[in-house]
Amino acid sequence: MTLNGDAVIPLPTDRLARLENFGHSLSGPAYLYRPTEIEQIEELFEIARRHGFSIGLRGAGRSYGDAALNNGGVVLDLQRMHRILDWNPQTGIIKVDPGVTIEQLWMHTLEDGWWSPVMPGTMAPTLGGCLASNVHGKNNWKAGPFGEYVLEFSALLPNGEHVVCSPTKNTELFFGLIGCMGILGVFTSITLQMKRIYSGNLDVFAWAEPNLKHILDAVDSGKEDNDYIVGWVDCTPRGSRIGRGQLHTANYLAPGDDPSPLQSLRSESQILPDTILGLVPKAIVWRFMRPAMNNMGVWAGNTAKYLANRTIGHKKRYLQSLVAFNFLLDYVPNWERAYGSGGLIQYQSFLPIATAYDAYNEMLKLSKRRGLPSYLGVVKRHRPDKFLLSHAVDGFSLALDIKVSKRKRPGLRKLIRELNKIVLQAGGRFYFAKDSTLTAQEVSEYLGEETVNNFKALKARCDPHNLLQTDLFRRCFTSSNSEQ
Amino acid sequence: MSATPSVPVDTPLLTRPRAVIVGASSGIGAALAHKLAQEGYLVALLARNQDNLESIAQQINHTAGETQAFVYPHDVTDYDLIPSLFQTILRDLKKIDALVYVSGAQFPVGISEFEFEKDRNMLEVNLLGAVAWLGQAAVLFERMGVGQIVGISSVAADRGRVGNPAYNSSKAGLSTYLEALRNRLTRHGVNVLTVKPGFVDTKLFRENAKASFGVISPEKAANAIWRAMRKRKQQIYTPGWWRWMMLVIRHVPSIIFRRLSF
Repeated sequence: MTLNGDAVIPLPTDRLARLENFGHSLSGPAYLYRPTEIEQIEELFEIARRHGFSIGLRGAGRSYGDAALNNGGVVLDLQRMHRILDWNPQTGIIKVDPGVTIEQLWMHTLEDGWWSPVMPGTMAPTLGGCLASNVHGKNNWKAGPFGEYVLEFSALLPNGEHVVCSPTKNTELFFGLIGCMGILGVFTSITLQMKRIYSGNLDVFAWAEPNLKHILDAVDSGKEDNDYIVGWVDCTPRGSRIGRGQLHTANYLAPGDDPSPLQSLRSESQILPDTILGLVPKAIVWRFMRPAMNNMGVWAGNTAKYLANRTIGHKKRYLQSLVAFNFLLDYVPNWERAYGSGGLIQYQSFLPIATAYDAYNEMLKLSKRRGLPSYLGVVKRHRPDKFLLSHAVDGFSLALDIKVSKRKRPGLRKLIRELNKIVLQAGGRFYFAKDSTLTAQEVSEYLGEETVNNFKALKARCDPHNLLQTDLFRRCFTSSNSEQ
Repeated sequence: MSATPSVPVDTPLLTRPRAVIVGASSGIGAALAHKLAQEGYLVALLARNQDNLESIAQQINHTAGETQAFVYPHDVTDYDLIPSLFQTILRDLKKIDALVYVSGAQFPVGISEFEFEKDRNMLEVNLLGAVAWLGQAAVLFERMGVGQIVGISSVAADRGRVGNPAYNSSKAGLSTYLEALRNRLTRHGVNVLTVKPGFVDTKLFRENAKASFGVISPEKAANAIWRAMRKRKQQIYTPGWWRWMMLVIRHVPSIIFRRLSF
C-alpha cells in the first residue's frame, strides 16, 4: 500500500498534545485546538479538510474509553466555549455554550430552586459532552436520558450547515445528534429545561442486601416510590454471596418539607468537603488506595464496607445534599488514578428485565473465576428512549470497573469477548461513553443493521467528507478493528 | 479524507506498537522491518526505492495475513518534505512508538581522493537526514512522554581514519547527535539507542569492503537491535565484540594512528 502523493502542509507542531481517556488506559497524540468562537470551528473544518485530517470533538475528556480521542488527527476541545447565554429563573429554561460543565450549571441555577432533571455521576463533564453521550442518572427509568430535557440545540454540521433542532423541528437530526458521540456535528448552543425543586437536600434511605438477586429485585420494586435508586454491588466474594451490596434510594423534598430551603439551596451547603472526617485531605486519598487496588485488597475493602453497610449503616434514613448524592464519583478526586499505570475500563451493559439476573450472575461468576473481578459494580434501572443510538432498555444496567494491567491484559481481552457474547445473547445493549471493547460487528448486532444504516446515511448527509472521526467511531462503525 | 489505510484502532485491551523505519528498502533496515513486524509492530517503511519497499511490505503483510507494513517512498535529502511526511505517517498510523533511522550512504574513496560530491552526499544522508527525521520524532516523543529513537551509526564513528574522512565524520556526527538527544529526552521518558554495527553483509558493505572478517548477516544485526530496543539500551555494538575492539582502537595514540593505513 503506497501512501504518498497527498503530502500535506504540516499543522503547527506546537499543537501536538498527548491526550488520554478518563480511565487512563489509552493515550495518543493529536493536534489540539481549543476554539472560543464558532467561526474558529468553521475555519478548523476548512483547514482539516484541506490537509486531509479528521477532527475529533472533546469536552472534559470524561469518557472512560476512546470517545474523545482522535489519535494522529485534530482534536477540537470545546471547554473554552463556556458562557451561560441565558437563564430564566421563572421558567427554569437555560441556554448555554457547549463547554459549560454540569458544575457550572448547578452552581448557576440551584439558588433559584432549579436542578437538572438528569445528572450524571460526576459534575465534571461539559453539557456538549453530556448531550453527545446522552448521559443518564440514577433516575433513568423515571426521568429518561439527558436528551429528553433539551428544548432546542443549534449545531454546526461538517457540511457547513448551521441547524437548529428540537423535538419538533429537524427531528431526525435532533434524535440523531443527541447520543451520536460528536460524530455528526458540533453543538454550538444548548437550551435545557431544568426541574423545580424545593430543597437542596434529598431524603435518602440506605440498606444492604445479601446477593445479586435481592439487589436487582430491590432496585426494581423500589422504582414506584422513589425518585432515584442505585445499587452498589460487591463483585469479589465467592459463591452465593457474589453480588451482595448496598442500595440507596433518594427522593426530592416536597414544598414545605425543608424549613429553610434557601439555606440548603446555596452552593456553600452543597460543596463537597475537602477532607474525610475533617482530617484526611481528599486530594491524597487515591494515593493510599493505589497499593490496595488488587484482588485481595479490594476484597478486604469491599467486605469491610459491606459489613458496615449491613450493620451500622443498615436501614438508615438521612438527608443528603443533591450534590453529594448525585456526584458520588467526585467524592474522591482522581479516584481513577488509584487503578495504577494500566488504568481501568468500565464495562457497562444494559439488559432487559427478563434476562438480566441470569446474565449478570453468569458474568460476575465468570469474571471472578478468571481472577478478574470488577472492583466496583453499580446497578441502575432504565427505560427505553427514542434516540437513534440509544443504549437504554427496559431493564437494568450493571457497570463494572475493571483494572487493566499489562500482565492480565490477554486474559481480560478473552473475558470481555465472552461477556459481550453473554450480553448480546441476552438482548442487551452498550453505552458508548463507557465503552472500550466493542467491535463494529457487535455494535451492529445490538443496534440492529437498520439503525446502523440510518446512522451512516445521516453521517453521509451531515459530513460528506467524513471529517468528524474519533477512535471510537473508527472502532465501532468501520472495520478497522483488530478484534475481528 | 484521502485513502487512509485501515490501521487497527488501539483499545485498552489491545494496543499495537508502531515503528517508522527510515531506510527500509535493503540491508539492516529491511531486516529490522521484518523483525519488528514479527514482534507485532505496525511498520511504516521509507526509502527511495519504491519497488523494493513494496516487495518487502508485501512479504510482511503476506506472512502476517494482515496489513502490517505501509510504504512511503522518500529521499531523506528532501528535507523540506519531512515535516509533512512525518505528519502524514502519524495521521495514518495514529501514533508512533519508535523511529529507526537506518539510511546511510558510503562511497569507496581513494586514500588521497577528496571529492566533494561524494562527501556531501554521505554527510547529507547519514547526518542531515537523520537530524531532520529524529528532530520530528523527538518533538512527538517528548510531548507523549514515551517513545524510542534508534539511530544506526557505525564503528566508523569512533575514529577518523585515512579510509573515508567524510563517512567517519558523518557517523561521528550522528553518534554525537544521538547522545545529545538522549541527554535531552531521557528525562521525558524517551529512550535513545545508538547502534554501531561492525561488518554487516549489506550492499553498502559489499561495495566498500576491504577487510572481511566477522561479517554478520543483516538479520543477525536486526535481532541484536531488537533485543537492545526491548531492553531500552543506550548503545550497542553489533556483533558485541566490536565493543572491545573499538575500546582498543579508540585508545591508540594519534602518534601511532596517523601512521596506520587502515
